[in-house]
Amino acid sequence: MASKLLDNPFTGVGSESRQLATWYFTFAAILFGAQLLFGLVIAIQYVSPGFLFEIIDFSVARMLHINALVVWMVFAMFGSVYWLLPDETGIETVGIKIGKLLYWVFVVAIVIVVLVYLFIQVGPADEMSIWFIHEGREYIEAPRWADLGIVVVALGFVANLFMTGIKGKQTGIITVLMANMIAFAGLYLAGMFFTDNISVDQYWWWWVIHLWVEATWEVFVGALAAYGLIQMIGASRKVVEMWLWIEVAMLFGSGILGLGHHYFWIGTPEYWWEIGALFSALEPLPLVAMFIHVMYDWGKQQGKKSLDGTGESVVNNQPAFLWFWMNAFGNFLGAGVWGFFHTLPQVNLYTHGTQFTSAHGHLSFFGAYATILIGMMYLAIQGKNKIKVMKNTKSSLWALGLTVGGVVGMTIALTISGYVQVLVSRAQMGATWSGYFDGQASVWFAQGMDWRLIMGVVTFAGFIFLIKDFLTTGQNPVHQK
Amino acid sequence: MANKSVWSDNRFWARSAAWISGFASVLLIWLTFDTSVQISMGTDSDLKNGVTKRVPAPTVINYKITYEMSAKRGHEVPIIGGNDGKGMSLFQEKEKFFGKDDWSEKEAAEMLHLGKLASQTKNCMNCHTLLGNGAYYAPDLTKAWLDPAWSSTGALQPMTGKTTKEEAMAEFLQHPSKYPTHARMMPNLGITEKEARGLVAFLKHMSSIDTNGFPRNFGKMQGAVNGK
Repeated sequence: MASKLLDNPFTGVGSESRQLATWYFTFAAILFGAQLLFGLVIAIQYVSPGFLFEIIDFSVARMLHINALVVWMVFAMFGSVYWLLPDETGIETVGIKIGKLLYWVFVVAIVIVVLVYLFIQVGPADEMSIWFIHEGREYIEAPRWADLGIVVVALGFVANLFMTGIKGKQTGIITVLMANMIAFAGLYLAGMFFTDNISVDQYWWWWVIHLWVEATWEVFVGALAAYGLIQMIGASRKVVEMWLWIEVAMLFGSGILGLGHHYFWIGTPEYWWEIGALFSALEPLPLVAMFIHVMYDWGKQQGKKSLDGTGESVVNNQPAFLWFWMNAFGNFLGAGVWGFFHTLPQVNLYTHGTQFTSAHGHLSFFGAYATILIGMMYLAIQGKNKIKVMKNTKSSLWALGLTVGGVVGMTIALTISGYVQVLVSRAQMGATWSGYFDGQASVWFAQGMDWRLIMGVVTFAGFIFLIKDFLTTGQNPVHQK
Repeated sequence: MANKSVWSDNRFWARSAAWISGFASVLLIWLTFDTSVQISMGTDSDLKNGVTKRVPAPTVINYKITYEMSAKRGHEVPIIGGNDGKGMSLFQEKEKFFGKDDWSEKEAAEMLHLGKLASQTKNCMNCHTLLGNGAYYAPDLTKAWLDPAWSSTGALQPMTGKTTKEEAMAEFLQHPSKYPTHARMMPNLGITEKEARGLVAFLKHMSSIDTNGFPRNFGKMQGAVNGK
């Protein structure tokens, strides 16, 4: 298996596509760090509200926290595609020079956006602020000039993918990625206009957010998992790609209309209760399937390998495989279970807009996306350093243990705070201003926030180990070259 | 290949994926057309003719708005201009807004436009929730206009020294750190008087949107449900 990786003439620095992938991964890792830092700022503000008050307010730090999250994941996703393209298609990526140029356009745009968020923060209530400061719409706050830039970069990326897919070998994985990434880029357009009607505003806003994270991103993860299983344990392409198609059917079959679970309370008609409840309740099913699929293929390949009696592991990249495995489980737990908790309208009437959502958000973004993208980064480190069998190091294990433990800890803390908020602020007090603060003042709520901060620090410590491992593991003699 | 099963055929699953995704997408687009009509903003003549819209016209700011139980729908609904006794809006009872009786269609639309722009440029959503969406660091604003805290007997209105709800809200928005109520304060966002009025119009308009009973039991502890 590993030898196949080395035989590929495009492996390592020999391939410009792979070189570009490492650039994308590097900037993604930097933004990941920024996401965690600003997350710590707002976690401190919950515990000690005077912290950086009127310097970096909660709204500013929170915007940076969630925007850095979205953008680092998009960077790592683009990087993953540039990494796997030569393997899958058997050729160098077409139009790679433009790809590299667009990378720098993207990086410069992001840096400018972040500096404006940090140092200008808010503007007057006019179109100029929307064009040049931010749009004030959660997750897609980027100002309109940056929106246009993102569209150009995304179109360039999709063009690279299509031209390469058409010219080279078009595997099932590539076909899925081509269809998926055009939807991914196209959906962004739904979030680019201004309207006075807040219900219409949020209707289309969810087209971007939901159809990204609960449809196209999930399919993307399915494609990465398929690629990873072929690369890391030598799973059969035919079997893996059949699973992938089944997952696409299940993910899009449930996720597209599962969008309805965001349309319960924003002014939209009641029929979304039934549609949203039914389809979003089905959303965990493909996530269960993906988990079973990873476990099954691992067991099957290891069983075959065990027949040779050497007792060797079939896995040629231990840290990447661990992160992929975490993804299979974390996706199911964070997106599936924690999502299902509050997806029925009867429950959501009370949980909508509480820390419950935040608990789900933390575990699902981490479980479904951060994990597998970190796994892809390990695959890139393996390829770049021409490592035949990559082993866990102390740092890689500490990184995994601390980040997973930290995020799970934050999720539990936020879930408990969310329960208090649901019961006190929503059920008992009826969601008023004073009801809100009664809930926030509850000792149990406050304890949840304390634990969230502690677990946030644990997560950040894990990130430090992760970066240390990224920077040093390539030269570590523990691996088989 | 006589024994080859369709269930292990990649082409079968690829086609299934395409058909299922396509069908779900077509259904979503079809529902979007229906929903778009239902959530389009009403007009001033809708209000005058007693036509209930899920998202009323900007001139709804001229009317008294309450949030009351509808026996038919089993949850609270916005009541505009008085209750007909069966949980439906009468569109009769009006009230002054910033000391003025009837804001024209154009004036009300301009105010709402400015308010919606301000809600985005001031980044409300990264502390508050609007229609339940946003951040959880500060109270939900969906029905903030109806919050008993802003009534003349509530905690917030007397604090600002103003005698009407809208003026109290506008004053607070312009100088939030002058009126600290909790350790967690709203920062000064440079909101001008005009922007503040726009924001209050935006909040009043949002409170008139039919949100299918969200938030549940709003203001029940203070009896806000049956009156301003």
